[in-house]
Amino acid sequence: MKLLLDLIIGDPQADRVVPPTGLTARLTIFVAAVMAFLAVIALALSMSAGRVADRWADELAQAATLRLPADTDLLQKALQILETTPGVASAHALTADEQEALLTPWFGTEIPLDSLPIPQLIEVIADDPPYDLAGLQARFDAEIPGAVFDDHGDWRDPLLAAAARVRLIGWLVILLIGACIAAMITLAAQASLAANVQVIRVLRLVGARDVYIARAFVRRFTLRAGAGAIAGVVMGVIVVQILPDGGGFFAEIGFKGAGWIWPVVIPLLAAGVAFFATRAAAMTRLKEQT
Amino acid sequence: MIELDNVSYGYGDTALFSQLSLTLAPGSFQFLTGPSGAGKTTLLRLCYADLQAQRGKVRLFGQDAHGLDRDAVAMSRRRIGVVHQDCQFLDHLSIAENIALPLTVADRASEASENLKELLSWVGLSRQSGQCPPELSGGERQRAALARAVIMSPDVIIADEPTGNVDWEMSQRLLALLVELHRMGKTVLIATHDLAMIRSLKSDVDARVLRLKDGQLTSAGAVL
Repeated sequence: MKLLLDLIIGDPQADRVVPPTGLTARLTIFVAAVMAFLAVIALALSMSAGRVADRWADELAQAATLRLPADTDLLQKALQILETTPGVASAHALTADEQEALLTPWFGTEIPLDSLPIPQLIEVIADDPPYDLAGLQARFDAEIPGAVFDDHGDWRDPLLAAAARVRLIGWLVILLIGACIAAMITLAAQASLAANVQVIRVLRLVGARDVYIARAFVRRFTLRAGAGAIAGVVMGVIVVQILPDGGGFFAEIGFKGAGWIWPVVIPLLAAGVAFFATRAAAMTRLKEQT
Repeated sequence: MIELDNVSYGYGDTALFSQLSLTLAPGSFQFLTGPSGAGKTTLLRLCYADLQAQRGKVRLFGQDAHGLDRDAVAMSRRRIGVVHQDCQFLDHLSIAENIALPLTVADRASEASENLKELLSWVGLSRQSGQCPPELSGGERQRAALARAVIMSPDVIIADEPTGNVDWEMSQRLLALLVELHRMGKTVLIATHDLAMIRSLKSDVDARVLRLKDGQLTSAGAVL
């Protein structure tokens, strides 16, 4: 806590021992702002993908479809099996109108669907705990030949895997952005240290310890990275908030609930990365420059 | 305070001096003379651990300089006030801030205000305190360097050609300040090639004069 306080408040006199460097300062702030902006966008997309995937997975995990052959007269039997199966919350046989509504997007309204051999669909909602899928399928195989019980696993699993990858990519992007900030700050700090060789020499001659010299650089770069990141985060949040609401996935993009912690954390992380990157660069440089 | 025991140093294949010994006893006042390039500045830098001896031992306040880490060297330098020929200031700071720099880096900046006013007056720079080093004359810079060297009240003052860039009158003024410090109990070592300056001080201070030439350090009292 004292370290953090020292870092923020600092010692104005000690800060002045290193001459101000306008270009390096502006570049550091700019890089931190851009990286923080990208981090906000990546996080918003990643978290949104996660939310959408979770919602779809939850919805699909509850629902299943039983498909009966078109010419079957075993609808009542199927419903009876379902109603007596533990773990089934409800079973609803789709009406002709409901089935027609499902097919209309593919066949249009002109085709007389009632004359086509359309399979009968039953929407099954699982209870908690859910039914035994293998057991239920086996029972249908035995009692209603041709009935297919579909728990949507065939397309839900790839969807979940894709969403998990999107989330993983999002975090990977955040890590890469952090590494980029560290690399850029290290370069800027090294340039600043190299430009101030004479200053370091004078400081050493009057008895400055390495930690004191490093502190003057570390505080400067940490505050610049933090300030730049705050600006970048603000820009990023504004952009995310004003994205056009195109419905579906786009309607989900943004931060919700506890997710709002991230726009607060990003500047702290950027400052933290800058702190350690500058400290490492400074201590290495000072060790070399004996 | 500071001891050099059979010390050797050279640049590349050229040995500047070898097996050279020097002791800065507490309260002593010594001049180091010799022609340009003899190694006076190198010898001084060994005395405040800015260079490491290639052979032999340098002891700072009883500690082997070779075994000191960088922090320990920094702490030793707080006990040694150094006046450089080229002053070595931070040009972006005012002369007052430069003089207070040793206190600032020692996290004792709060003590600066009381000492600084007195010191600026002592070296005659009260009016110039807000100016930056490039705005000062050579003599003013040398006096400021001397003020910076003594602000921590060090045990030892090492001055490398402190009168090199100033006129006779100013050099006498600077030397008078150094003699005053010696009378306050400080150990003083001054490197200079200006024998006239040494002669002018002989009546004011009991100084030992050393001559560094051809890698040998000899007592030069007789030749003055």
